[in-house]
Amino acid sequence: MTGRRGLDRRSFLQGGAAALGGAALALGGRELVEAAGGPVPGGGATAGGAPGAPTAPDDAVGRATEGFRGTRQAGVATPPQASAAFVALDLAGDVDRAALVRLMRIWTDDIERLTSGRAPLADTEAELAAVPARLTVTVGFGPAALAAAGVDEASVSWPAALPPFGIDRLEDRWSGGDLVLQVCADDPLTVAHAVRLLAKDARSFAEVRWVQRGFRRAVGTTPSGTTMRNLMGQVDGTANPHLDVDANLIWREDGSTSMVVRRIAMNLDTWDELDRDGREKAVGRRLDTGAPLTGGTEHDEVDLEAEDEHGLTVVAPFAHVRRARTDDRAQRFLRRGYNYDDAPSGGAVSDSGLVFVTFQADVEAQLVPVQRRLDELDLLNEWTTPVGSAVFWVPPGAGSGEILGQSVLGG
Amino acid sequence: MSNTRTITRTSTRTDSLDHRPSADPSSATVPSETSGRAPRAPRSLLVGVAAASLTLVLAGCASDDGAAASPPASTGSSSSAGSTESDGSAEADALTMTDPWVKAVDEGMTAAFGTLENSSDADLVVVSATTTAGSTAELHEMAEGDDGAMTMQEKEGGFVVPAGGEHVLEPGGDHVMVMGVTDPILAGDPIEVTLTLEDGSTLDVEAPARTYSGANESYDEHGDDGHDHS
Repeated sequence: MTGRRGLDRRSFLQGGAAALGGAALALGGRELVEAAGGPVPGGGATAGGAPGAPTAPDDAVGRATEGFRGTRQAGVATPPQASAAFVALDLAGDVDRAALVRLMRIWTDDIERLTSGRAPLADTEAELAAVPARLTVTVGFGPAALAAAGVDEASVSWPAALPPFGIDRLEDRWSGGDLVLQVCADDPLTVAHAVRLLAKDARSFAEVRWVQRGFRRAVGTTPSGTTMRNLMGQVDGTANPHLDVDANLIWREDGSTSMVVRRIAMNLDTWDELDRDGREKAVGRRLDTGAPLTGGTEHDEVDLEAEDEHGLTVVAPFAHVRRARTDDRAQRFLRRGYNYDDAPSGGAVSDSGLVFVTFQADVEAQLVPVQRRLDELDLLNEWTTPVGSAVFWVPPGAGSGEILGQSVLGG
Repeated sequence: MSNTRTITRTSTRTDSLDHRPSADPSSATVPSETSGRAPRAPRSLLVGVAAASLTLVLAGCASDDGAAASPPASTGSSSSAGSTESDGSAEADALTMTDPWVKAVDEGMTAAFGTLENSSDADLVVVSATTTAGSTAELHEMAEGDDGAMTMQEKEGGFVVPAGGEHVLEPGGDHVMVMGVTDPILAGDPIEVTLTLEDGSTLDVEAPARTYSGANESYDEHGDDGHDHS
């Protein structure tokens, strides 16, 4: 804790807040996993000390764990970690059901070990596994994996891909994939190690098709539960369904769900041309608080009927919130996106955007109608372009003794 | 720590007998025993040096195998007792192996690793091994020769697991060498390894296979003298 002048009190406050935050965060993770129906591994090295204890360990963030075993996979209802990598893989041509079983045996064991801070078998950098930092790894199957497994796609009821949208400028290098790994942790080195280990262990089955890395605020930099901001400066993800009340929107009965990964490029150069008022009108929310332009706070309902002194609706017809919002409560989904900020090319200042990630029980019923409306009209489309898209079926979690994908792969 | 340059040199194994560790007389059989495998093109220096220590692990093994175990069918493995369940007083009751694994290979040789743990108050000695995945299994160690080079050899006296302690089998160290693999060992598949202790009791271990770049049983990985810095 380094301080400059006048920081005595502040550093004290920050220290206390960080300590409490670390413990609370870890507990929050456990509670959420429990609420989601999954067991919490007994030995989880979650942050020590009760809330209110004078000190938490310096490395409480690194030691925190999220449960792995359960009826639902972790990494969906889990409070979003700070760092993420999304890795799509293509199966080798000879991968059949038996091979998929072998791969899932390997990944299940790897993930169980990694998420508890233990090195997987044959880990050549075993020391890197010692910091779980709330690591979760969520595995998804693309259409080819289900086909290889001999699964009737109708039995899992999901679309292999989203319908084409007019705004799409999709590139192969960010689209599709036979398998996906969503690897999230509160430490980027933990993420990198897990990604490499899992991809290495899959070498004889699949090769990496694309990797998208993303980030949010680091742990301890904002109060727990703060909605993230994207690189356009907007509060992003306010209107998420409630994890418990709306569980049926997120999960299917068997604990499976579906995951959509869309890469949304932002044109920050033209966004820069827009003044603050214009930016807020484009979204329909205040930039500072994320509150609707019709008043209240971030989580208050937007009043789409409210008019200004000229008789125009406060929230413009083209505003993002108006187009995205619906009275149909079924047309909602869990957003769990991450910012990306990659190296630019061709003289551009930046290559930034959002890895837009959603989970929903039914892609076609919940997500597609909203995406259609945004495709038809959304002023934000002026500055955002979907360049990648992929849809995956996320199998139920692995119960004790089970492998991921057990319900469709058997043994 | 071993001397990397020396390790690299000793892994140049086909060309010069005088580079074999002098402590290992069996190395005289090396050149004739490279049969069945085409020499690989030398890799880049960087890869070679980096991989040398692990590469050598099993490359060295192979040479020793040639002296001690060839023809492969007639090793000194004394596991004919089979994998009978041990009775209450058997040594194997006190022995466990955690995190066992084996390197996936299509054919030929590979190795099994893991941590042996002894819950008894007397030392235990693993004296031999068998596996369903290969025709032969041997207990190997990495040893330092007179010239400081690390090389592999069959471990005389077997693996000693100290009372209440553990004995680690890992790439670059002691391991169960598996030879005569004819059916591919596929990543994710478990193979059966049976360890036999001094009293003849046995421990059956299921070791899942993993794709692994190290622990290569390559012959002639660095088949020139270019890395000889001695």
